[in-house]
Amino acid sequence: MLLEQDHITEEGEFVINMGPQHPATHGVLHLKVWLDGETIKKIEPHLGYIHRSIEKMCESLSYRQFIFTTSRMDYLSAHINNQACALAVEKAMQVEATPRAKAIRIILAEFTRLASHQLWWAAMGLDLGAVTPFFYAFREREAINEIMEETCGARLTQNYMVPGGVMVDIHPNFQKRAKDVINQIKEKAHEYEELLTGNVIFQQRLKGVGYLSKEDAVSYGVTGPTARGSGISCDIRKHFPYDGYEHLQFDEILETGGDSWARYLVRIAEMKQSVSIIEQLIDNIPEGDFQAKTKSVIKLPKGEFYQRVETARGEFGVYIVSEGATTPYRCKFRSPNLSNLSAIPKMAQGAKIADLMAIMGTVDLVIPDIDR
Amino acid sequence: MNIILNKVLSYSFSSLASDISAWLSNHISNEMLLLITKMAIMGISLLAFLVLLCFSLGYMERKVAAFMEIRIGPNRVGPKGSLQIVADTVKLLFKEGLTPNASDKFLFNLAPAIVVITSLLVVAPIAYSKDFQIWDISIGVLYVSAVSSMGVIGILMAGWSSSNKYSLIGAMRSGAQIVSYELSIGLSLISIVILSGSMQLSEIIESQTNGWWLFKGHIPVMISFVIFIISSTAEINRAPFDLTEADQELAGGFHTEYSGMKFAMFLLAEYINLFIVSAIAATIFLGGWMPFHIGGLDAFNQVMDYIPYVIWFFGKTLLIVFIIMWFRWTFPRLRIDQLLNLEWKYLLPISMINVLLVTLMAIMGWHF
Repeated sequence: MLLEQDHITEEGEFVINMGPQHPATHGVLHLKVWLDGETIKKIEPHLGYIHRSIEKMCESLSYRQFIFTTSRMDYLSAHINNQACALAVEKAMQVEATPRAKAIRIILAEFTRLASHQLWWAAMGLDLGAVTPFFYAFREREAINEIMEETCGARLTQNYMVPGGVMVDIHPNFQKRAKDVINQIKEKAHEYEELLTGNVIFQQRLKGVGYLSKEDAVSYGVTGPTARGSGISCDIRKHFPYDGYEHLQFDEILETGGDSWARYLVRIAEMKQSVSIIEQLIDNIPEGDFQAKTKSVIKLPKGEFYQRVETARGEFGVYIVSEGATTPYRCKFRSPNLSNLSAIPKMAQGAKIADLMAIMGTVDLVIPDIDR
Repeated sequence: MNIILNKVLSYSFSSLASDISAWLSNHISNEMLLLITKMAIMGISLLAFLVLLCFSLGYMERKVAAFMEIRIGPNRVGPKGSLQIVADTVKLLFKEGLTPNASDKFLFNLAPAIVVITSLLVVAPIAYSKDFQIWDISIGVLYVSAVSSMGVIGILMAGWSSSNKYSLIGAMRSGAQIVSYELSIGLSLISIVILSGSMQLSEIIESQTNGWWLFKGHIPVMISFVIFIISSTAEINRAPFDLTEADQELAGGFHTEYSGMKFAMFLLAEYINLFIVSAIAATIFLGGWMPFHIGGLDAFNQVMDYIPYVIWFFGKTLLIVFIIMWFRWTFPRLRIDQLLNLEWKYLLPISMINVLLVTLMAIMGWHF
């Protein structure tokens, strides 16, 4: 329970607590906001409301099991998180996934990115008071979720990537369904433009709001579309390709504006790139095994192993310290959202309360990923 | 046969009203009692009408939202979900009306009443059909704009007395917003007062016998119509101007702390206000109950007259209600400084120049 002096300071500043129960924070994030009228003077994020000590839990789980805790971190990038863990273990075991598994992984990772960006777009409109876009984005997201469900049985916290490949082979319908969804997304793209991108009010709400300079973005460790909106080239898929991204044609989207509008444009353009990646692969999934042969109990050699991937929100890193046992000695995850959150007080300085919603919307935080 | 048809078609609610009035004066001799009985009948039927209206507007809003949002909308309670709102109201009635401990209890409980009473007061001068009007006050337009601006007191009161910081911010926003947009509404109403030469709503409607002001008044009146629709959307706190509620920022704004029936009163007031601004817009710019007439085309005008006045009135009103709902479900919300910029930098100067143009037009007799 907060005391009176926590709400109104001696200088007569007005302090409001946004969250942990607040419609705009998309989860149990608690922002303490110092206000001067409608203008934000200072923000202090308070974390820990959804801490589940996932990293500690991983120390008692085997290398096949610990992967699935990461689906519960950034639940919107579950496939990509799992992929990172699987890659880290593969790197340590010096095993490579089969070509078929690699292709399936990339397709599913890009579908995850699409679904995640669609959810972001939906919530973005909602944060700024436009309810309707939510339903349009969920129409496409639902179609993607159905593919996920058919492939691995889960719609949100998928557990599909395992060391050496994927858990089971894809459904016979997979390619047809994926093509249908891709066509649907391409057909409906203009609705997205008309509903939000082209709206004058929407543009005014984002342009010049939440400016993050290139230098600040680097010093706060911001990654992903948020950093690319500030003009930093940081796409792991380009710089440190994994699972065969190096053989694919796609662009790294860069905007130099640094404001919310630039971040918005980056994400919108990234959706198109994901579609193009899936299109390149969907007809060229190699035949063969979907999983490389691995021992049923995995033991990693002594050492430290790191693998980074590009999730929908930025760079996700898995750091495993092995003592040669069947469980990791220490496991650390580098989550994109924590460092992205750290930049929010900087971006929101001097903005209005309503701008905070636009900033949080374009940074696209997933809270369970911050607390882990 | 023709006579009967004509009689049926020309039947107006005014004859029903005068029949009831005559029947009452035959049976009640005491004048005071007669007046009280008439007022009681009027009040009860008005309340029943407004509650029914709010139910249907609530249903309409949900269906319009569903239509915009590619979904079905309410479809379980009653035929095609039409009783959903009734079910919701019953639910709200049975909910606990919570009063926060830290609140100013008297003001907290008074605020919803003030908001509802001001919206009920504005209903008085609206003309539903020919000669079917509760109070044909000679300063109708002035009365409407004066009384409707009192609603902000209730909202400020609600926000202040809740002793909730989000509510307070919401109430302060509504103060700034409603007071600003009041000006443009006044100026756009004045342009029609100038053209028709009267503030009485019935006379403004009569002046549109040979065409609605929207079409007779050239571009200036069209501009004032658009300004009226924009500013009245802001005046009744509906999206994209719902900054006072702003779910995403203020978690409900001034009515965050309200629950149960007190919350329902705010909702009731919102829908009555929505009806009022649409009805006023329909009356002032689109001729109220007046059918669509084109001066000189008698045959055409007569065909239009066959459609009852009430249908004309509600048709126009519901069209404007639909437009305002359309805004709500497609636009994102403005920021507070953008909202005030829109009013003080764009709408107000435009409407001032517009009033000058309309005055010039009225003096020179350029309108039809």
